[in-house]
Amino acid sequence: MSLQLEPTAEEIHAERLYADIGVKDHEYERIVQLMGRKPNYTEIGLFSVLWSEHCSYKHSKPLLKQFPSTAPHVLQGPGEGAGVVDIGDGQAVVFKVESHNHPSAVEPYQGAATGVGGILRDVFSMGARPIALLNSLRFGPLTTPRMRYLFEEVVAGISGYGNCVGVPTVGGEIQFDDTYDGNPLVNAMCIGLIDQNDLQKGIAAGVGNTVMYVGAATGRDGIHGATFASEELNEDSADKRPSVQVGDPFTEKRVLEACLEVAKSDALVGIQDMGAAGLTSSAAEMASKAGTGIAMNLDLVPQRETGMTPYEMMLSESQERMLLVVEKGKETEIEVICEKWDLETAAIGTVKEDMRLTLTFHGDVVADVPVTALTDEAPVYDVPSEEPADFREHQQRPVWQPQSSDYNETLLQLLSQPTIANKEWVYDQYDHMVQTNTVVMPGSDAAVLRIRGTEKALATSMDGNSRYIALDPKEGGKIAIAEAARNIICSGAQPLALTDCLNYGSPEEPSIYWQMEQSTAGMSEACRTFDTPVVSGNVSLYNETNGEAIYPTPVVGMVGLVEQLDHVTTQPFKQAGDVIYIIGEAEPAWGGSELQLVEDGKISGQVPTMDLELEQARQQQVLAAIRAGLVQSAHDIAEGGLAVALAECVMGTELGADVSMKDDVAELFAETQSRYVISVAVEDAEAFEQAIPAARCYGTVTDEKVLRMKTTEGQKLIEQPTDELHHVWKGAIPCFLKSKA
Amino acid sequence: MKAAVIVFPGSNCDTDMSYALSDFTDAETVDLVPYTAESVAEYDAIFLPGGFSYGDYLRSGAIARFAPVMQSVIAEAEQGKTVLGICNGFQILLEAGLLPGAMKRNKDLKYICRTVDVKVENADTRFSGEYEKGETLRIPIAHGEGNYECDGQTYETLKKNNRIVFTYEADVNGSTGQIAGITNEAGNVLGMMPHPERAMETLLGSEDGRRLFTSVYRHWRDTHVVTT
Amino acid sequence: MVNVHVYITLKEGVLDPQGHAVQNSLTALGYEEVEKVNVGKWLRLEVADGNNLDSRVENMCEQLLANPVIENYTYHVEREAKV
Repeated sequence: MSLQLEPTAEEIHAERLYADIGVKDHEYERIVQLMGRKPNYTEIGLFSVLWSEHCSYKHSKPLLKQFPSTAPHVLQGPGEGAGVVDIGDGQAVVFKVESHNHPSAVEPYQGAATGVGGILRDVFSMGARPIALLNSLRFGPLTTPRMRYLFEEVVAGISGYGNCVGVPTVGGEIQFDDTYDGNPLVNAMCIGLIDQNDLQKGIAAGVGNTVMYVGAATGRDGIHGATFASEELNEDSADKRPSVQVGDPFTEKRVLEACLEVAKSDALVGIQDMGAAGLTSSAAEMASKAGTGIAMNLDLVPQRETGMTPYEMMLSESQERMLLVVEKGKETEIEVICEKWDLETAAIGTVKEDMRLTLTFHGDVVADVPVTALTDEAPVYDVPSEEPADFREHQQRPVWQPQSSDYNETLLQLLSQPTIANKEWVYDQYDHMVQTNTVVMPGSDAAVLRIRGTEKALATSMDGNSRYIALDPKEGGKIAIAEAARNIICSGAQPLALTDCLNYGSPEEPSIYWQMEQSTAGMSEACRTFDTPVVSGNVSLYNETNGEAIYPTPVVGMVGLVEQLDHVTTQPFKQAGDVIYIIGEAEPAWGGSELQLVEDGKISGQVPTMDLELEQARQQQVLAAIRAGLVQSAHDIAEGGLAVALAECVMGTELGADVSMKDDVAELFAETQSRYVISVAVEDAEAFEQAIPAARCYGTVTDEKVLRMKTTEGQKLIEQPTDELHHVWKGAIPCFLKSKA
Repeated sequence: MKAAVIVFPGSNCDTDMSYALSDFTDAETVDLVPYTAESVAEYDAIFLPGGFSYGDYLRSGAIARFAPVMQSVIAEAEQGKTVLGICNGFQILLEAGLLPGAMKRNKDLKYICRTVDVKVENADTRFSGEYEKGETLRIPIAHGEGNYECDGQTYETLKKNNRIVFTYEADVNGSTGQIAGITNEAGNVLGMMPHPERAMETLLGSEDGRRLFTSVYRHWRDTHVVTT
Repeated sequence: MVNVHVYITLKEGVLDPQGHAVQNSLTALGYEEVEKVNVGKWLRLEVADGNNLDSRVENMCEQLLANPVIENYTYHVEREAKV
């Protein structure tokens, strides 16, 4: 009945109804051309979601091509549910990051929760058991009740979903900045482990095979989620609330266990998550990858609500659903497994030779579209790009000079910045230990997970300082990759590969497209230098509120391999008497630094430079020293500079530090890249100095709980009891959240 | 010793528990037993793992308590067999009435995952024989509903009969008497919120949980193996 | 069919941290007249009408829906108005 209420193909054309669902005029014309007729309502719906930025990457494809995506250790690059990297012994690691920014902005708990659910499915649909979750979050300052609400609910959503499914949330990062006030970012990453023999792909191969639906029934939730994710937010966004899906982690857990069992069955041909754009994208993409067609009878789709139209069923983003292609005649094998996990299954279609997506409903054909038109023929835009005026302006500014003179006070101020402050309030809410593999818990440079039954471990970290990228996208892009790699190195691992989530404003704005071009170019260059290919990722554009774009925020999720468990290294100092070395000279480049933000309330000028060759050489030196057993603790110098890094090395220990240095504010707080704080046992000092000639001895770890930094002439720069540092650093976020203002 | 680890839909510490038993005790077999099993009579010790059985919808453990396997678990418990519930397993034992009291949400309404100090109050049970009374253990907690509640009379009874086996050294979740683990009157059923199965290796931060499992094993050996 | 509405609340005297949190929040928003908040659960059951409806519903509450150690329940039966 509701079918008759839908507009006809003629009406869609005449009244430009396609525009309401995000299809542009020229795109509509192209669709008519590809189909040889005007699309009906269901058909235009299919195009609207598959041709959305979220599914088609129509504005970002040329940029994504720059990224290196192959290497001998890469088993699967971008294009499948997640990237796959060889870690030896017949095992592989499977990982991907995905954004859930828009849904989280309108309904933070469910938005974040379903973001976690979606990324888990991307990983276990490959046949891999998820072993870790991470997330990268961006919020506005915690000074308004609304932002505190968003922050608390996003964290609760991640916790509620991940904890229940039983996958540890082991790390991630959070930054706070005005730029995210109207448009917070929620990027979730999942890592899975698999025996290479068990790898699955999302393909609909084998004409005559059965298309099977597994998991939760379909409701009207999330219709047009992919299109919603490709639009900017405005005052009306709250009205789009029905677009937000509700997650059911209990069903997810059962779908997970069932899929991992199904993956071992020869009956399975292909499997894919019904993620963004639901049944539409999974069916079209699986057929496209296999060069086949799919015919589905929508009457057979399990439905949670009554009176659903084909349009609604195809575009629903109900969660916890998978689409399987199963060898004909072996459906029962799959059904038996799913029944064991109390999951609904339905054979809803067949793989065809005709390379068309054909949908029937109540006996009528309601859509008949060439698969390639939906996937391969999606437009790719060559977008104009233009260097924004303020970029030159920042480059030409005189070097910014900090005003700070009371260094004790400055250090305490920096430690209480939410971006630097301790995040225990957050990760205490995440079960980071379930599965009992977490060797290094959240709060270190990188999380480390042992691989049971081997001597190996995985190190993983998420990074992306958007302030640098806002001022200088290319240099900032390099820094994002370098910092992720440095964090992996500090934990004792060799960086292997990465996944990225590219969060930007509207690509249709030439200055924003320029940011995208420049930052991805910088990232690509860094990836090549470190031999860390991009194996998966996600693009989130139109992160704007009322015309104001966020800082360009590419987020990097990197995975590295620890060859031997005894290489695992953490940042806290270990014992009094150890020698403290600093690798790398500080330089007075303050653009985008935490200190600049504290003093000016905004960022300006030139960012620290990134010498990729030097970075790479140092990383390998540090890793070699760690592997040689010469390193007690390692920490990179990042936000807040050396003073903050040293403070972080004494936090939570019964130790202090006594160091001396040049009388120079840059030495204390500059964020010059490619630098490390490393502590070394006295007996290894000589060997360490030979291994890393650039390392300079700054002082020693003491058993007095005080951080002392002084000039080489003995003049006090900073002297603070560890407990006071700890108090300020740990108390900052809870203190913001308690504020009622 | 034959050990059963019950897998409810939504259990997620089942494999961790199984590793703890198979890698760190001399248990002869450790089976993951599905919630649909009709009987667990063949096992010497029954372990209810942590997780979110049935999504913890309604109340933690409320639905799992009616899972088919539970009839047999209850019957075996009543006959004196060793039954240990950890975290969600403890919640299920409370709902099943094998242990007194109930769980509420943590006092600050947040899920807490953290390694905490747990004090051994009674080292004279089959679950804690290898600990010393008064000893402090480092054991992780990971729960949103671990705020143990019971009425004053129940609390007095628990105390008087030495049924409080573990307490938290600090008030982490609001539990009555900072209770972390209790036994039934007969002493063969223990429920505890902290996760000893996560404290088996120094590599992961603590091995203070090991002796709980070895205590159970030793108790079984002492009562079942005839020395020659 | 009748609709049975079941309300589950914490027993008097059992600390209700959710209620406290909601009350504090209301106070912060200026609703100082709110003196106490209790947070509970509401369940709607669609049940075939029958002779021993009340005793069946009470059993459901005692056996599964509420935990008598800490919770109370009340319910009411909604019958469609006969036209």
